[in-house]
Amino acid sequence: MKKNSDAARFSSPLWRDRALASSAFSEMQKLCAAAVSKAGGEIAFMEVCGTHTMAIAASGMRRLFPKGLRMLSGPGCPVCVTSQGDIDRVLALARVPGVIIATFGDMMKVKGSKGLDLNSMRERGADVRVVYSPLDAVALAQANTGREVVFIGVGFETTAPVIAGSVIRAKKAGVRNFSSTSFFKLVPPALEVLLSDPGNKISGFMLPGHVSAIIGLGPYRFAAEKYRVPCVVTGFEPLDILAGINMLLKQVVSGRPAVEDEYFRAVPSGGNPAALKLIKEVFTVSDASWRAIGVLKGSGLAFSKAYAAFDAVKRFNIPYSDAPEPAGCLCGKILMGKSLPPECRLFGKACTPSSAVGPCMVSSEGACAAWFKYGG
Amino acid sequence: MTGPGKVLLGHGSGGRLSRELVEKVFLRSFSNPALRPLEDAAEITVGGASLAFTTDSYVVTPVEFPGADIGRVAVCGTVNDLAVKGARPAALSAGFILEEGFPMELLLRITSSMRRAAAEAGVSIVTGDTKVVEKGKADGIFINTAGVGLIPPGRRLASAAVKAGDVVIVSGRLADHGVAVMNARNRLGLEGGIRSDAAPLNAMIEAALRVPGVRCMRDITRGGLATVLNEVSGACGLGAEIDEDSVPVAPATRKACALLGLDPFYVANEGKIALFAAPGSAEKILKALRSNRYGRRAALVGRMVKEARPRVRLQTSIGGARIMLSLEGEQLPRIC
Repeated sequence: MKKNSDAARFSSPLWRDRALASSAFSEMQKLCAAAVSKAGGEIAFMEVCGTHTMAIAASGMRRLFPKGLRMLSGPGCPVCVTSQGDIDRVLALARVPGVIIATFGDMMKVKGSKGLDLNSMRERGADVRVVYSPLDAVALAQANTGREVVFIGVGFETTAPVIAGSVIRAKKAGVRNFSSTSFFKLVPPALEVLLSDPGNKISGFMLPGHVSAIIGLGPYRFAAEKYRVPCVVTGFEPLDILAGINMLLKQVVSGRPAVEDEYFRAVPSGGNPAALKLIKEVFTVSDASWRAIGVLKGSGLAFSKAYAAFDAVKRFNIPYSDAPEPAGCLCGKILMGKSLPPECRLFGKACTPSSAVGPCMVSSEGACAAWFKYGG
Repeated sequence: MTGPGKVLLGHGSGGRLSRELVEKVFLRSFSNPALRPLEDAAEITVGGASLAFTTDSYVVTPVEFPGADIGRVAVCGTVNDLAVKGARPAALSAGFILEEGFPMELLLRITSSMRRAAAEAGVSIVTGDTKVVEKGKADGIFINTAGVGLIPPGRRLASAAVKAGDVVIVSGRLADHGVAVMNARNRLGLEGGIRSDAAPLNAMIEAALRVPGVRCMRDITRGGLATVLNEVSGACGLGAEIDEDSVPVAPATRKACALLGLDPFYVANEGKIALFAAPGSAEKILKALRSNRYGRRAALVGRMVKEARPRVRLQTSIGGARIMLSLEGEQLPRIC
């Protein structure tokens, strides 16, 4: 867990300054007009990360955007991209007698294909604990030597190193009753899928700050070079986002797409070598199943041979079966930037945060939850 | 709703689900004119005198955390529920449900803390009850407190009395309590000395009530400011316009919330009120609040407005606007 002294650098009142925001908005007006005329139509940038989705909604900036600019949510909310089949595997693990499930809070309310979630499993007697770090799950295993502790490993390149570190610690300490799932997703392959769809409307990517702090800028270069799409790694304060949008617009206007770094105070171009080393030690790149997108080659992480004993899915022999997404739910299209939440007929009616149908309404980082809570 | 027919943790969050539980179960069973307004305390008339009467149960892990403990919160919570109705707390009760094996020394620390909080509020705990349950049947200690207070003649505070143009005042920095407890519970190691704000506010509230023009006050506990504003908005049929920059939040708490993915407008407090008043009284009320140690950072944060569809709206720091709904279920920390 990062501490406040680190956060001080990243979150000062300056990042919400009204006068600076106002000048960023007037610059955006001009840039957007130029970009629209250059592109010959609407500009649609995708914010890949769920934290951006939430920050955009919470700051109420959407209604200040110039005409002709749309921000689309992307496949960047860890809960939302986890496939229905993997959610079912999580619930199957919770059913194994004697198992303690340790999970990030966000996973508690995602429904499996039978309408159950970890919350309802807990009501039925499963032992499910919310932890803040996988290291707490290792400690839980050490304190409960007679039982199996399974950590629900989900997320992107951001959470993978922490979980890798925990697995390494468990191995060193000889903790045999700890294991984890490895439902991790890699961001760049998903972006390539979006871009390779000829019908995509993406004029540029606002790239995730946290993921990029780990992987750096290099893995995104294909987007600018092969697909000619502007990319800006962006921070999470309101002014970061405004600056990120303006940098993207400038790239559109200049016609010179590149991978730029607005969030350079946290994201070095080479990423975080120590974290990458942890990932490399514990995991190998594998195929992964994404909600609504399907199986993507080389888009996930699986336990490497040396750490295969820590793979919960293997340890408890939990099979994967494809499961359909909830009927009428548009989460898939929303994750791909093809629909906005209010376009879903379930939105705000059958699907609300307290009785969510799809994961985009469940997760605190989900596009539907952001639109519901903050009104877009 | 997950598992219809079962009580969910979200039913105890203080947000919309709690409200639903109260309306669909408790109001249906108990409905009467004193209960119906669902305010922090009920108003009853006994022998011609107007009394405020309230009760609350306290469940918190860990039982001690920076700034307070379950005992202090149990006393302050009930004192504050009386005080926001304009009542002067007269007496409290305390009921304890103890788990077998609970350390006696810790129990003594908690009761001493209750005594100090009660003394500070100028009220006594005059009756009580104890039950001990088998190990595993409770989480250490649960405390229930109830309180009665006298509402001086002529005082009438009610959410329904709020008028268009009225100001919204918050008595200090928000979200410290919830973040302090979460930090202690999960040993998050967040720095910045974030401490619970649990405090008896009756003296501060008396000072504010000496200024005419106060329409109603609410104790901002579970569900946070956003939930209180929605409740008052619903009761008086007006919208609220809140200015994000004016709402006091300590820098360390704001950063902790950003790290954990929490919204300070939804985090619990145990020593803060929201006060709704006629616009002409605002300056005097702020002065009165600020003269008390627990109201030093009181601030005017917004106004009530007439709207076809009443909503709570937040003018954001960067000049945008968004709606604020009641808390939905529990706030869960995010993944990354």
